[in-house]
Amino acid sequence: MPLENYALAARAEMTRKSAPIFEKLFTTTAWLSALLVMSFFSWMVFDIAANGFAKISWSFLTEAPLSAGRKGGISTIIVSTLLILAVTIVVAVPLAIAVAVWLAEFSRREGFAARAIGITLDVLAGIPSIVFGLFGNAFFCVFLGLGFSILSGGLTLACMVLPILIRATEAGLRAAPNEWRQGGAALGLSKATTLWQVLLPAAAPAITAGLLLGIGRALAETAALIFTSGYVDRMPASLNDSGRALAVHIYDLSMNVPGGDQAAYGSTLILIFLLIVINASAIFITNRILKARIQPK
Amino acid sequence: MKLQVYDRALFTLLAALLATLLMATVSVASFAQERKLVITGASTAAPLVAEIAKRFETQNRGVRIDVQTGGSSRGVADARAGISDIGMVSRALSGEEQDLKSHLIANDGMSVIVHKTNPVQALTREQIIDIYTGKITNWKDVGGKDGKITVVNKAEGRSTLELFLAFFKLSNRDIKAQVVIGDNPQGVKTVSGNPGAIGYVSIGAAEFEAQNGASIKLLPLGGIAATTENVRNGTFPLSRPINIVTKGVPQGLQKQFVDFATSQAVTDLVKEQYFVPPAR
Amino acid sequence: MFRLPADKVLQRALFVVALLTASLVGLIILFVLRETLPALQSPGITRFVTDESWHPLEGKFGMLPMLWGTLFSTTLAVLLATPLGIGMAVFCRYVAPPALVSTFRGLVTLLAGIPSVVFGFWGLTVLVPLIARVEPPGASLLAASLILAIMILPTVALMSEAALAAIPESYAQGAAALGLGRRATVLRVMLPAAKSGIIAAVILATARALGETMAVLMVSGNVVETPTSLFAPIRTLTANIALEMAYATKFHRASLFVSGLVLTAVIMLLAWLAYRAEHHIQKATGVLHAA
Repeated sequence: MPLENYALAARAEMTRKSAPIFEKLFTTTAWLSALLVMSFFSWMVFDIAANGFAKISWSFLTEAPLSAGRKGGISTIIVSTLLILAVTIVVAVPLAIAVAVWLAEFSRREGFAARAIGITLDVLAGIPSIVFGLFGNAFFCVFLGLGFSILSGGLTLACMVLPILIRATEAGLRAAPNEWRQGGAALGLSKATTLWQVLLPAAAPAITAGLLLGIGRALAETAALIFTSGYVDRMPASLNDSGRALAVHIYDLSMNVPGGDQAAYGSTLILIFLLIVINASAIFITNRILKARIQPK
Repeated sequence: MKLQVYDRALFTLLAALLATLLMATVSVASFAQERKLVITGASTAAPLVAEIAKRFETQNRGVRIDVQTGGSSRGVADARAGISDIGMVSRALSGEEQDLKSHLIANDGMSVIVHKTNPVQALTREQIIDIYTGKITNWKDVGGKDGKITVVNKAEGRSTLELFLAFFKLSNRDIKAQVVIGDNPQGVKTVSGNPGAIGYVSIGAAEFEAQNGASIKLLPLGGIAATTENVRNGTFPLSRPINIVTKGVPQGLQKQFVDFATSQAVTDLVKEQYFVPPAR
Repeated sequence: MFRLPADKVLQRALFVVALLTASLVGLIILFVLRETLPALQSPGITRFVTDESWHPLEGKFGMLPMLWGTLFSTTLAVLLATPLGIGMAVFCRYVAPPALVSTFRGLVTLLAGIPSVVFGFWGLTVLVPLIARVEPPGASLLAASLILAIMILPTVALMSEAALAAIPESYAQGAAALGLGRRATVLRVMLPAAKSGIIAAVILATARALGETMAVLMVSGNVVETPTSLFAPIRTLTANIALEMAYATKFHRASLFVSGLVLTAVIMLLAWLAYRAEHHIQKATGVLHAA
């Protein structure tokens, strides 16, 4: 397949005289798209930072909220957020890798089951978060009896980020060339070994990318959490306790609490900072785990 | 060598995390013995009730109150189904909800707001009706500058919309809106960002925002200034109750909390959340 | 194909997990269906299409304008975000100076984690007044599409980049050996090779745009009208649920769940179309995936 592509590309290249100009144009376009998005983004972040920076202090991080969040800090909310995220990751990542491996390595791509599950995932990705919230409430909180709890919230979010994780992992696995699978088979390795030692490490960047997107989505989620992990801003004593997530707090401050704007901006800044830390550690940990395997070269 | 150090650090970190989770789970047992109340309902009321709950907790050791939001209809449904002990409803109970008992904890006035730079100082009842039904579409027809009017309305089912419609004897189908909003801050921000806009929001929230630099102006209604003071003394014509509701006559801990939330002991909290304490 | 019993066990186990995951969607759809039942019985399903306006409390259930609002805003957002996102992925992978790459990627990842309420808030206070200066009320199809485009950009960019990153080294070497320039290598070899990953990225992004609620609610104006221009206000199906759910009871609540059901149907249709399209491309170019 690649060979034909190369040949085509080479022929197209030779018939085109003005190649250097196109080369320039290509580079410029890429730079422009990056700059455009970045300037838009920085505009927004600077706005948030300018409004929220005054609020940031050590006590903001270490105190519990007072007066509906206008005063005091967000310590309890940070803890709840991290616990919800932990539940989400612990549940969603193994599940996602399992499904992606089945889709990419064990299913017949045109087969009915693979097609049905693929479409199912795309549907799951598009279900509005508020429906996830109502579903999570009806299923996890009421039907399974978990109540308003960090556990319910984490599980609901896990359902929500599954399609992102699965699709990313699947794409990574599919991109691994077939020779590697054949090589494994020729060496008499079991499929499981080939997967574990060769294919999953090869898909690592894609898995990490999916994980980061998933974490971002989970941290940013409001509607699904209001109905599942709840609104209580006390320090959670266990996973069975209700706990308010940062995004819910930001939503409440900006939409429900007159005079909550500044605290909302401050909380947003903390959320962004948390995201940086969590992303960095996610990258570090996936690298550590996957580097331990034999790297194909 | 170096790698092993990292690995050990990572392992210790994970072990510590697991231990914390385990301890946390064990500690549930001790909490199970506590007396607990669950309150769910209107998002408007939730910040206030959460603050009242916190004060109640500090005065009554061993009591835990979980406040959850989700809207007035949820407050009614949960209280009725027994999912919650107390519901929060940011409107008067309707005819078919009379099986529940409501307890007034605060009042909330509603006023018409325009952009700060708008020269219009007051609108008559007829003018407001004409603007909202699309008969007047330019500010110069009501004594303002030449410019298109942006009518900001509330979403179907919201109690402030029902209040507004009932007061002006309008039907929502007659209203020609350019923007439809949900919560109060969205209304304040929509109007402060658009010099031609007119909307209606909670007085407490609007008063606070106007004092703190939002570009909005509260218009009087029927000659009475839109202030929390006028809502308190009952002269302002447009207001709604913030209620907590119980299934039947409150009992035990439930009664203790309802009594506390409707007492003088929380007046400062009601004011702090920009609502109007009811006359006791 | 699998000679080792361990592999058979693994295959079975993974299949069960995949089925369980898929059944989750069934569960959610069942739940939504159960909630819509009262509305499907009492106003009846055709009323949602034939009624001229949406005033559920006054017995009008027309949902078509909101369907158009959802489709228009999502289409515009995807049209904006797809080229930009792929451009960013290409920039990150092949154009950016190495020192910039990780910073750039980090920033894009951050963008993915900003709560939608913050986008909405920013849109409401900055973007909407800006548009209102050109053509009031400002809260419009345009504002909604722009905010949606920014929100789905990270999904397109990061997943496309991951797909590009997963292309074996040999492709690049082959291209270099043929003396291809950077442009030709990327456009003719790399992007086609990463095609399935990029399509998956765009589908996910589309789904995200369709399902987005809070941000759109704050900037789109929420008037139930089929938009006639970029500056006209729209209401999306998701915003409809979030706006009215808090105060809705009985058949009003049930008809809000119909919004959710319609949305799910739209997404199913899109997923199926995307599947057909991909299949079609593969057939036409003779490139069928191995495995």
